[in-house]
Amino acid sequence: MLEEIRIGVYVCHCGSNIADKVDCPAVAAYASQLPHVVVARDYQYMCSDPGQELIRQDIKELKLNRVVVASCSPRMHEPTFRKVCESAGLNGYLYEMANIREHCSWVTEDPQQATEKAKALVRAAVARVVHHEPLFERWAPVNPNILVVGGGIAGIEAALKVAAAGNKVWLVEKSPSIGGNMARLDKTFPTLDCSACILTPKMVSVAQDENITLLTYAEVEQVEGYVGNFRVTIRKKARSVDLNKCTGCGRCQEKCPVEVPSEFEAGLAMRKAIYTPFPQAVPNKPAIDREHCRHFTRTKGKCRVCFNVCQVGAIDYDQEDELVTYECGAIIVATGYGLFDPSVGPQWGYGRYDDVITAIQFERLVNASGPTKGKVVCKDGRVPERIAILHCIGSRDENYHPYCSRICCMASLKLAHLAREKTGAEVYNFYIDLRAFGKGYEEFYNRILEEGVNFIRGKGAEVTQKDGRLVVRGEDTLLGRYREVPVDLVILNTALEPQPDATKVAQIFGIQRSADGFFLESHPKLEPLKTATDGVFIAGCCQGPKDIPDSVAQGAGAAAEALSLATAGKVKISPVVASIDPDLCSGCRMCLPLCPYGAISFNEEKKVAEVNETLCKGCGTCAASCGSGALNVRHFTRNQILTQIEEVLAV
Amino acid sequence: MRYAYFPGCSNHASSKDYEQSTQAVARVLGVELAELPDWNCCGTTGVTSVSPLLSAVLSARNLAIAEAQGWEEVVVTCNSCFGMLRRAGDYHRQDPAMREKIDAALAGVGKKWQGQTRVRHLLDILVNDVGLETIAGKVKRPLRLKIAPYYGCLLGRPRNEFEDSEYPESMDQLLSAVGAEVVPYDHKAKCCGGALMTTKEEVALRLCYEIIGEAQDRGAQVIAVTCPMCQLNLDGYQNKINARFGTNFKMPVLYFTQLVGLALGLRERQLAIGKGFVPVKQVINF
Repeated sequence: MLEEIRIGVYVCHCGSNIADKVDCPAVAAYASQLPHVVVARDYQYMCSDPGQELIRQDIKELKLNRVVVASCSPRMHEPTFRKVCESAGLNGYLYEMANIREHCSWVTEDPQQATEKAKALVRAAVARVVHHEPLFERWAPVNPNILVVGGGIAGIEAALKVAAAGNKVWLVEKSPSIGGNMARLDKTFPTLDCSACILTPKMVSVAQDENITLLTYAEVEQVEGYVGNFRVTIRKKARSVDLNKCTGCGRCQEKCPVEVPSEFEAGLAMRKAIYTPFPQAVPNKPAIDREHCRHFTRTKGKCRVCFNVCQVGAIDYDQEDELVTYECGAIIVATGYGLFDPSVGPQWGYGRYDDVITAIQFERLVNASGPTKGKVVCKDGRVPERIAILHCIGSRDENYHPYCSRICCMASLKLAHLAREKTGAEVYNFYIDLRAFGKGYEEFYNRILEEGVNFIRGKGAEVTQKDGRLVVRGEDTLLGRYREVPVDLVILNTALEPQPDATKVAQIFGIQRSADGFFLESHPKLEPLKTATDGVFIAGCCQGPKDIPDSVAQGAGAAAEALSLATAGKVKISPVVASIDPDLCSGCRMCLPLCPYGAISFNEEKKVAEVNETLCKGCGTCAASCGSGALNVRHFTRNQILTQIEEVLAV
Repeated sequence: MRYAYFPGCSNHASSKDYEQSTQAVARVLGVELAELPDWNCCGTTGVTSVSPLLSAVLSARNLAIAEAQGWEEVVVTCNSCFGMLRRAGDYHRQDPAMREKIDAALAGVGKKWQGQTRVRHLLDILVNDVGLETIAGKVKRPLRLKIAPYYGCLLGRPRNEFEDSEYPESMDQLLSAVGAEVVPYDHKAKCCGGALMTTKEEVALRLCYEIIGEAQDRGAQVIAVTCPMCQLNLDGYQNKINARFGTNFKMPVLYFTQLVGLALGLRERQLAIGKGFVPVKQVINF
């Protein structure tokens, strides 16, 4: 026996967000005349408590069995109203949302047109909801293990927090040591703490924590499964050094005959082909860089210097990449940032003039364990008397990156302080705007001003040479004058940009990216650590430029997100998955290779395709391809969608 | 190598020396430049500021003529023509509203343009099509001059696939290939003031003063240019600049075609050298 369809329609004003453009009472009045509609109301804020109560009461008193709310995007409040229905005893999937805010009032100028569009959207939702069927969510267990990808400060913090809660965590880092960019910095703003001094204890804790398995020189290759039940394949790159045998004595590095520019020292010093990136590395054991090692390249096996000097026999030239798998319930991606290459803009002279360097190079120059043991000198050994620091190199620039890299203003202030402290030089900051946004930052700016650092409001447009001396040209926008400042050393504070391999990493973990290339969070304000893939969280600069305190906070926050999944022990799985009508399936197997998740298999006995609902993510690719109409995605059936389209287009 | 050739108004008037040296050098290098029939002004300066549409239509008409004749590429010698003709293509591809208006205007004079014509600067042709090696192989008299290569502001702007907007280098390579010593020159892509010389002379004089001044500081004997407007400003106003800034510049300003032509063994007369205001005898004495 078919039940009588009884629909309630609720039109939300969203304060003035919708009501400014859409005549909400008119839309409600219109809706009340649509087929099956028993009641239609408009209200200030449907998502508020009284708004929700309104729906609840109507469901009970008017025996509604379908609900339509015309308000914002389903990404915003679909879960809210689904819960309202459920609390009144109605299955949450007998509900439909018409988006008359993002899709209508916010993007339509003319109120009359906006109202007409809202009516069409409501009409379509009402027609669609008639075809809805009750669906039931399932629960899946959550594996309590957690994976952290990236061993910079954000990843380190996340791993430590997870481990402290007692959960097992694997920390995967692609380079031979953890520490990331923070390990390369000299001091940190605004406290002028020694960066290494506050970072290395955390790095050591990671190595010592028995809940943490540290995989350096390793990269994630594949992620299978779904929230709560991921299966991750990790490639442990051949290190050519047996970590169990190696004592980290360093003799191999002393004797290795091959020199390569050091990544850690930003090219200012050389490292060997067998190397630990820096003295406080964790693990403090080397790796052989096979791209440059003579054994693997020129001499084709003849050079065995490191093998010969190693007293414990830790060198293993035959080591091969190893694939390991790890099962975990949640993943935290903290893969950090890359730095803009200023030689892309020849106007700044980087690569043309020796004494034009980047901020990270200056960090190494000024660092006591850096290539000059902390002496700030020009290429020819002179101590610079005048130094220019150029802000926004590659940032806030239509030609390169339109966004603000956020940390460079403060980093420039810090570098100005260090430069003056070490050399007594006159320091000139060329800035567009000074953004001292954090706690204690404005105070730090004032301190630097008092120290006598010069500030020129105008971007350093170009660096040239006159009479053998570097000259920075720019417009001083406060004076309204064009200025040329002769200096000995130019520091380019370059933009933070997405890692060069961000595209690949995003694909592996199913993370979306924003227009600037950084990883995209679920919601810019309220879900900054979640991603479009349930169970995959992001932290630190892979999401966008941020300073150390923010990266640490996000690392800890992502750990909390992952732990709340793990602690709950079970996770709701959406019932919106594909289903196959075996009576209609012709057994053509078209859908099998199309499924990106391997969720469809073929039943040889019955000669029909079958869906594994645990693996299916409801993307709909199979349904679109099915020639016999046997495949449907629940809640997005042909009938539901075609009806909706028909009604939107009906006049 | 055959190309459609758009000389632009200047090459038929104030920069006949550019035209003559272009033709002479092209002949030696086997580059055939077929002048477009019935071409018109590219619509620069005065027109753009009064009516961007008219200016775009003027450019598009030239390209429509080239297209009707089956040309895929049009060569220009003037930086401003280079920018204006390219802009017509940008409108065509990126601005449907503007494109519609341009198409309608062209239809009014019985023309139609599909927007496929590529616009290229002669410098691009020499460096990338003829090739530096070929040119170096034809050098009869290596230049042995210190030259400041001045590209002007429009060769790389708006951004294009040919030259860098901030630090172009193709002419550096070309002049080096014919034996010149190219001085490091930071003002190479700065603005000369262009048509401001007629409306805000103070501004343009100052810009030219800096361009010539730096060339002199760097020890250049000649400034090489790629644009008739730059040539006129830097050469024709040197007396005024000297009077205004108390300098004593006597810096010859020659087209890159004239300099390359000298290296290829052409005579001064064939290259129309000596038509400028600043005497060249002091440096060019073949």
